[in-house]
Parts: sequence; structure tokens; C-alpha cells
Amino acid sequence: MFDLDFSVIPANSSLLWEGMKMTFLLTGLAIVGGIVLGTFLALLRIAKVPVLAQIAAAYVNFFRSLPLILVIFWLFFLVPLILGRPVGAFSSVLVAFIMFEAAYYSEIIRAGINSVRPGQLAAARAIGLTYGQSMRYIVLPQAFRAMTPILLTQAIILFQDTSLVYVVGLRDFLVSAEIVANRDQKLVEMFLFVAVVYFTFCFVASMGVRFLQKRLAT
Amino acid sequence: MIEMKSVNKWYGKTFQVLKDCSLSVAKGEVIVVCGPSGSGKSTLIKTVNGLEPINSGEITVAGTSITAKSTNLDRMRSKIGMVFQNFELFPHMNVTENIKLGQIKVLGRRPAEAETKALALLDRVGLAEQASKYPSQLSGGQQQRVAIARGLAMEPMAMLFDEPTSALDPEMINEVLDVMVGLAKDGMTMMVVTHEMGFARKVADRVVFMDHGEIVEDATSTDFFGSPRSERAQEFLSKILNH
Amino acid sequence: MNYNWDWGVLLRDPYLGWIIEGLGWTLAISLLAWIIAFSLGSALGVFRTASSPVLRALATTYVEIFRNIPLLVQLFLWYFVFPELLPEDWSRWVKRDMPFPALTTAVVAIGLYTASRVCEQVRSGIEAVGPGQRQAGRAIGMTEVQVYRYILLPNAYRIIIPPLTSEFLTIFKQSSLALTIGVVELTAMTRQIEEYTFQGFEAFTAATIVYSLVTFTVMAIMRQVDRRTALPGTFSKGAA
Repeated sequence: MFDLDFSVIPANSSLLWEGMKMTFLLTGLAIVGGIVLGTFLALLRIAKVPVLAQIAAAYVNFFRSLPLILVIFWLFFLVPLILGRPVGAFSSVLVAFIMFEAAYYSEIIRAGINSVRPGQLAAARAIGLTYGQSMRYIVLPQAFRAMTPILLTQAIILFQDTSLVYVVGLRDFLVSAEIVANRDQKLVEMFLFVAVVYFTFCFVASMGVRFLQKRLAT
Repeated sequence: MIEMKSVNKWYGKTFQVLKDCSLSVAKGEVIVVCGPSGSGKSTLIKTVNGLEPINSGEITVAGTSITAKSTNLDRMRSKIGMVFQNFELFPHMNVTENIKLGQIKVLGRRPAEAETKALALLDRVGLAEQASKYPSQLSGGQQQRVAIARGLAMEPMAMLFDEPTSALDPEMINEVLDVMVGLAKDGMTMMVVTHEMGFARKVADRVVFMDHGEIVEDATSTDFFGSPRSERAQEFLSKILNH
Repeated sequence: MNYNWDWGVLLRDPYLGWIIEGLGWTLAISLLAWIIAFSLGSALGVFRTASSPVLRALATTYVEIFRNIPLLVQLFLWYFVFPELLPEDWSRWVKRDMPFPALTTAVVAIGLYTASRVCEQVRSGIEAVGPGQRQAGRAIGMTEVQVYRYILLPNAYRIIIPPLTSEFLTIFKQSSLALTIGVVELTAMTRQIEEYTFQGFEAFTAATIVYSLVTFTVMAIMRQVDRRTALPGTFSKGAA
């Protein structure tokens, strides 16, 4: 029962590392894209133009009501159709993650913006800054500082969520491990290894977030 | 310098915060606006630089309409300094950066020039040593003096003060008022919402008393403190002075 | 874009039946997993705030393990790894004789994972009620269990109705992960329709509408529940 053989891991280390690099790359790009699009959506939602605010709200509520897997399937199907030519799984999956995560990021960012006292915007406008300048130099820097821990927590969740690219077979860390597992008949060893690796990364990162939270609180 | 004609403002459809308010402030004049809480005085002062939009009436500052669509309101605001009840310094910037920001981004001054100006103003409000501190490291009185310096850095033609001392501990009130007295003596046009009647008596040319959104009394300070005409102003003064 | 539209496909036999059946499985997984998540998560949330350091450590460890491993990996651990670690008889039962092996595994995996999230919500609810209430309860002679039963939990649950609603909706969406171990729930069914008919647009639209409708319905219902259960004079923010 417990005759486990973990030598399969070092034997396939380069393949697994390639997969891990893919996981990191996807996580990183999705975080950047998600925050950029999310900030844009959050700004639309607080803008004084009702139509824009409603469109942004509809986007956010819509994407938050869908399973990520369905969004991945959607874009995997749509992106090649729209471009009129086949593209790799990576591009469509990346678009899916950015569009999906932006909905969640925008809610975090909106809460961050709302946490900045309204007097700050008034003071910025009072010295003659435009609305855009006030947002850029005064409100957003404070908002991002206040919400850094939550943004990082969302990044950890996103890191875990990238494992769902499994459904379109993109070779991330999990898929690479599964390939090894099936080829060498080492399912137990490989999945335990995958779990330990994810756990270590996420646990250490969440400890870091908690440390940061304490420092920001004082 | 500041002209307000029949200014009306509603919150929603039913609540009228400003009722037919007219007021004029000449160049170099110091006007104190007082009245019970909820009388609309803070709203009134915020309409002068357009932070509070109005429903009807007309406001001009140095001949330029604040309410006209064609006015570049951002430009106008940069020429009218404002000091807030809760200071509203930018907490993520140090004191000097707080004073430099508007100079650089709005007036287009070079950073070195803005820095020189900022340090000179900090010296003027007596805070030269605090230049590199962050707002949270300063006392309330010091923060408010920085906020005044931030307003002055734009070389405004008038300064608006919205209850500048009401969030301060009593022992810090005078350090802020002293700076304001200095400004008044230098000939700055000032509109001040405050309950500090000592300040009003000492430097105000006129006192405006508001109640329920209306300007009830607009008198020279000697007249106002000597013999207020309206009953409401008398009552207010007796409440605020007799203890 | 070159595409042959055929919305009729959704109403054609057998595809309409597939969608309905898929929704059935999705709801079954969600509700069963929620029962596990809610009951275990509540117990863990109580442990996490209890006076006993052993219980607190136990709950903390559970939460850290379950929320730091991707749900998909946990699903694979339960499906592929767990049976191998059991004694041989049990292992055979789990792999061969257990009813609905994939569905059961998905329910357990999603339920246990979400329990860690429910635990954190219950904990924050209890903390929001405040230490004064706990002390007041103890001061009139209640045991710790009674304090939780009669004072802390009734108030905590009222506070956390909105976050618990979104946890349930998270389960509802995450039930789609079950397709990776072969449960043909709603998302899998529409994928299947796409593969059979090449009408991906129509198929995914159907799934999208169904997910959104269920989500918005649950939110509307819970907003009412939140309003009804709110104590007079307390502030309620409404379902998330």
C-alpha cells in the first residue's frame, strides 16, 4: 500500500519545471491584465455617467455569476472564431482569465476607492487638479495601498485557479504532472507532489500577506 | 472679488440647503460666516469654488462665472485656495510633496521651483523643520497649517476656510488662527466659516449669519457684535458667547 | 466571423434533455456539497474561536491545508490518490462498489474545500458579535456551549448571510470542476453539445443563461431572507 516511489519526480524535473513556468507566466499576465481591466471597470462604476456605470456593473455581475471553466470554454471557442484562424490554447485561456479576474479585481478596487475619504477628492479638486489627475495622484495611490493585502490574496486564488487550464490541456504544472503520472503509472506520487508544491507556495505567500497586513495596520 | 446672486440649492427634491443667498466679498476683505450646525454655511462656501454645484443663481469670482458651462472650473479652483475642516492632506505624500503637487501638475512649475516655494511657505507657517514628515506624524494644528500652505502655494486670489479649527484640540486652535490673522493683515481676500468669534471680532470686516439655508444677517463686525438685528442671531450669539 | 447560426439546436432532441439533466447534476452536487460545507464549516468556525487551544489549532490547520491547495488538485487527490491509501477492502469498495463514485467524490471534495471557507466566514461573524457578548453570557452563568448556541451563533449567522450566500454561489459555480473526473454536469453537457453539433455559440449561451439565472435568483431570495432575519435597528448590507 505505501510502497511509494518518488524518484519519478527528479527524473522528470525539467518537464515539471516547464509546466511550472507556464503556471507562473499565466498567473503573472492574468494578474497584470486583470488589475488593469479591473481598475478601468471600477473607475467606470464610480463615474457620474449612469450608462457607463451600469455597463460596468452588468459586466462585473455577469462574469461573477459564471463558472471559470465555462468562461475558459467560451474563449477557447470564441477567440479562434473571431480571429478567423486557429490560435494556441494559451492566448484564449489568457483572455479568459483576464476577463474573468477583472470582474473580481474591479470589486476589490472599487471597495478600495470607496475607502478613501471623499474629502480627499474634494481637496484635490480644490487645488485645481482635474478629476483624472485627482484619481491618479490622490485617490488611486491611497486605494491601492489600502487594498494591497486583498489584491495579493486574490493573486493567490488566481494562482490556484490557473490549474483549471487542465480542461483545455494547456501544459501548466498540473497537466505536466499528470502527463508524467499517466505515462509512468505514478498517479499517487505525482498528485501528492503537486499538492505539496501548491500548498507550499500558497501557504508561504498567505503568511507573507498576513505579515504585510499587520505592518499596514500599525 | 466674490459675487453670489440668489443662489439656491436643493438636496434631492424636497430639502433646500441654500435659499436665495446673495453675498459679495470685496478684494482684501475678510468675511466670517457663522450660524448653527446645519444652517448651510459649509455648503455655501463650497459653492464658491464649485465643489458643490448649485441649482439656480449666479456666482462669479474675479468676474469669471463659476456656474457657466464654458468656465474651466479646474483653472478657477487653482486660483481659489481652500482649507478643510479635516485638513485633507494627502496621507501618502510628505508635507513638501503635498505642497508641491498642485504647483507641478496644475501650474506646470518645475519641481525645483515648487520645492523652493513649498519650503518658503512652510517657513511662513512656522513648520520649516517638518518638511519631510508625513501628515500622520504631525499634530492637528500642524496639519492644518500645512493645508494652508498648500492652498497658498497656488498663489490664490482668495482663500476659503471651511471650519478650519473645529476638528482641533483647544490648545492648537490659536496656532492656526495666528496664521490666518497674518494672512488677513497681508491683505488676502478671505471667506471663513467658523465659530471662533474672537477671530471674527479681531479681523473680520463683515460677519454673515446663516440659519436654515438663509443669510439672515450681513453686517460689519462692529454692528454684528454690538447690536445684531435679528432675533435668531441674538440667540445664537448668546448661546455661543455666554460660557 | 464565419458561423452558421442554429438556435433551434437547443430545443432539439436530445440536446434540450441534456441541458436539463446537466442542470440537475449541477444542482445535486451544489446542494449536497453545501450541506457538508455548512455543517463542517460551522463546527470549524466555532472551534476556531473556542477557548481550547487544541480545538483552535485543529481548525486552523484544517483551514490552511484546504484553502492552500487548488480545488482541482484536491479533487484529483480524493479521486485518484485517496483510494490507494486505504486498506485493500475499503479501497475496492470506494473504487468499484460505491454508488455514483465520481459524483460522490466531487460532493465530498467540494464540500470539504468549501468548509474551510465557511469556517472563516463563521469565525469573522462570531468575532463581529464581539467579546462583550461572550462575557455577558458567561457572566449570567452559561457554559461555553450555551454561549455559542444561544448568543454568538444566532447573531453571527445573521451577520454573515451575505457572505454565506456568495459561498453557496461559489459552490454552484465550482461544481463545474466535477466534469474533470467525468460527472456530466451542466458545463460538460454544453461542451458535449458543442462537440456533437459544432454549435458552440448556442450551447455555451444556454449554459451562461442558466448559470446567471440561478445566481441572480438565489441572490434575490437571499436578499429577502437577509431583510426578514435582520434584527430591528441593526444595519444590514444586503446579499453580496
